[in-house]
Amino acid sequence: MAQPRVVFPNKVLPYLLLAPQIALTLVFFFWPASQALYQSALREDAFGLKTSFVGLANFRAVFDDPSYLNAMQVTAVFSLATAALSMCVALVLATSAERIVRGKTFFRTLLIWPYAVAPAVAGMLWLFMFNPAMGSFAYMLRRAGYDWDPLLNGDQAMVLVVVAASWKQISYNFLFFVAGLQAIPKSLIEAAAIDGARGAKRFWTVVFPLLAPTSFFLLVVNTVYAFFDTFGIIHAVTGGGPAKATETLVYKVYNDGFVNLNFGSSAAQSVILMVIVIGLTAIQFRYVDRRVHYG
Amino acid sequence: MLLRALAHGSAVLALIAAQALPAAAATELQWWHAMTGANNEVVETLAKEFNEKQADYKIVPVFKGTYPETLNAGIAAFRAGSQPAIMQVFDVGTGVMMAAEGAVKPVAEVLEGGGYAFDKSQYLAGIAAYYSRPDGTMLSFPYNSSSPILYYNKDAFQKAGLDAESPPKTWPEVFAAARKIKESGAAPCGYTSTWLTWIHTENFAAWNNVSYATEENGLAGGTPELKINEGIFVEHFQAIADLAKEGVFRYGGRTSEAKQLFLSGECAIMTESSGGLGDVIKSGLNYGLGQLPYYEGSGPQNTIPGGASLWVFGGLDEAQYKGVAEFFNFLSQTEIQARLHQVSGYLPVTMAAYEATKASGFYEKNPGREIPITQMMGKEPTENSRGVRLPNLPQVRDILNEEFEAMLNGSQDAKTALDKGVERANAAIRDAVGG
Repeated sequence: MAQPRVVFPNKVLPYLLLAPQIALTLVFFFWPASQALYQSALREDAFGLKTSFVGLANFRAVFDDPSYLNAMQVTAVFSLATAALSMCVALVLATSAERIVRGKTFFRTLLIWPYAVAPAVAGMLWLFMFNPAMGSFAYMLRRAGYDWDPLLNGDQAMVLVVVAASWKQISYNFLFFVAGLQAIPKSLIEAAAIDGARGAKRFWTVVFPLLAPTSFFLLVVNTVYAFFDTFGIIHAVTGGGPAKATETLVYKVYNDGFVNLNFGSSAAQSVILMVIVIGLTAIQFRYVDRRVHYG
Repeated sequence: MLLRALAHGSAVLALIAAQALPAAAATELQWWHAMTGANNEVVETLAKEFNEKQADYKIVPVFKGTYPETLNAGIAAFRAGSQPAIMQVFDVGTGVMMAAEGAVKPVAEVLEGGGYAFDKSQYLAGIAAYYSRPDGTMLSFPYNSSSPILYYNKDAFQKAGLDAESPPKTWPEVFAAARKIKESGAAPCGYTSTWLTWIHTENFAAWNNVSYATEENGLAGGTPELKINEGIFVEHFQAIADLAKEGVFRYGGRTSEAKQLFLSGECAIMTESSGGLGDVIKSGLNYGLGQLPYYEGSGPQNTIPGGASLWVFGGLDEAQYKGVAEFFNFLSQTEIQARLHQVSGYLPVTMAAYEATKASGFYEKNPGREIPITQMMGKEPTENSRGVRLPNLPQVRDILNEEFEAMLNGSQDAKTALDKGVERANAAIRDAVGG
């Protein structure tokens, strides 16, 4: 806030400049969101031929449904595991990439690549490797005597989708960690080295605390990613199975709406999800605003 | 800038409008379908042949993804007022479409409106009955019908010392053969199955002449309740659960994924749709075909049709309905039907096509290809075997699949799985009927 305020002499121009963004937000966010709210209070058949207003009954049904509670647990486990795994691996890779002397750009480019892979494609990739019916890795695992069967074993299915989802997100985290590492003043690290701190000590006492704002930002972004952007992976790899072991909240919205054709319940669930994401974003802004500028 | 964009936009709109006008060119009829691979080629060929034969109508096939995705796209399009003329809907979506009175136009009406006499007796009885309202009006046009059959690997049978020329007939025989194959090391897995719900509950009930649900398996309307948690259902699923525990049975997935286990030679016996035959032939496997197994003293009765049918949407104009009638008339020609049946493994839907295929000596040259038809037509259907129709069959299948998965991984026995499945499914059906 130290910088002077920018003042526009023209009163209309700023609004005109903002208009495209506002129009996009209205059409692609507010309009569908209001439709979801409206739909969540209705009960209707698939074709929309009979519609009746049911108030909050859809929400009551959702919260009474034990499988919704299950989906919440699955989402929590899945999101935390995905965020933790992808961030840890990315941090290790970023610190190692920093130490490389030759070919830094080459390695960085390679590591960023998977981010460009669409979730559904990433899912198919992992499915082809680990599907017990046709995957080559699955075949090796079974040959080695390990009873690999994510089609029936819920924990194995969860591991598979977590690894697939993390793999895709590692690139993104890697980018931010590399940027975060570069932002750490060399003088601090040199000072620590002169004081006699060795590699690991330097990392945990100097580098890691200075990466905290980046890590927090990534934690929120990764959780949101795991919540919403992993639909394609889950759809391709497990389809929410076996026995709902990998059915996240987003997957349930899809399944109840588009497979079971229960639009009211599906809309109610998406409204609940909207509330969750608004909450997550609010936390992020409060925290990031407070913590990110300390450096 | 904005004005120019608007002008541009309206020019495009005018163009689209001009194309839609019947006077401008042939009336365009969209056909949304879910066929992939070899079956997609058949769709394209059919459209091309029809379009070349006459100039008034143009069939435009559009691939819309899997069966559920196609159904959804159609529903969304109808709600937005831009429905296609024809949509392919899979068997379990039949209940959904039937409940949507006003959204669909019965195929019998469409054909009669186009000046064609509609004679239901031309069609295979079981198929015609399945796609008809209780009062007998045929609602959709049967396009690809299939029936589950038994596939087995002849090489593995020989290696295990089994008779490769006589496939097991009853379920206990299948289970015994599967155990022998596994124990002798002829194959790492004895038996697998695609579509557990379709084959082991819906068809299982019809084939063994036991009730799947009340209200004549839902065909009579009302609020049907599942009956699959008693008698031979429990016995059957417990047997499969035991085989899974011994590693003799392997689960492949909820739909047709298990086919891969058979094609790779891993599993020596498989129950699968007759529509999957194309892939089996392509794989070059030394395969044999057999009837769907049954339980002694219960079956065999008759199987029920699976596959998909073509539905005509409501709210189209007269010219379009005339075009659809022309197209359906084209499709029901004997030579077309016979060809469809012979290249795909799907059933012929008209009696004439069946007779023609028989007369051509096709079944002598391709033993086993008649099995799905004789299975379905072998006996006069009973209350238990006319078909299954629930307002939300896709959802019920999902529920049952979840319980079966929990059973196969050993966390519950067959009776518990079926009890829980029935309870949850009945609640979902009540919900769907009430909604």
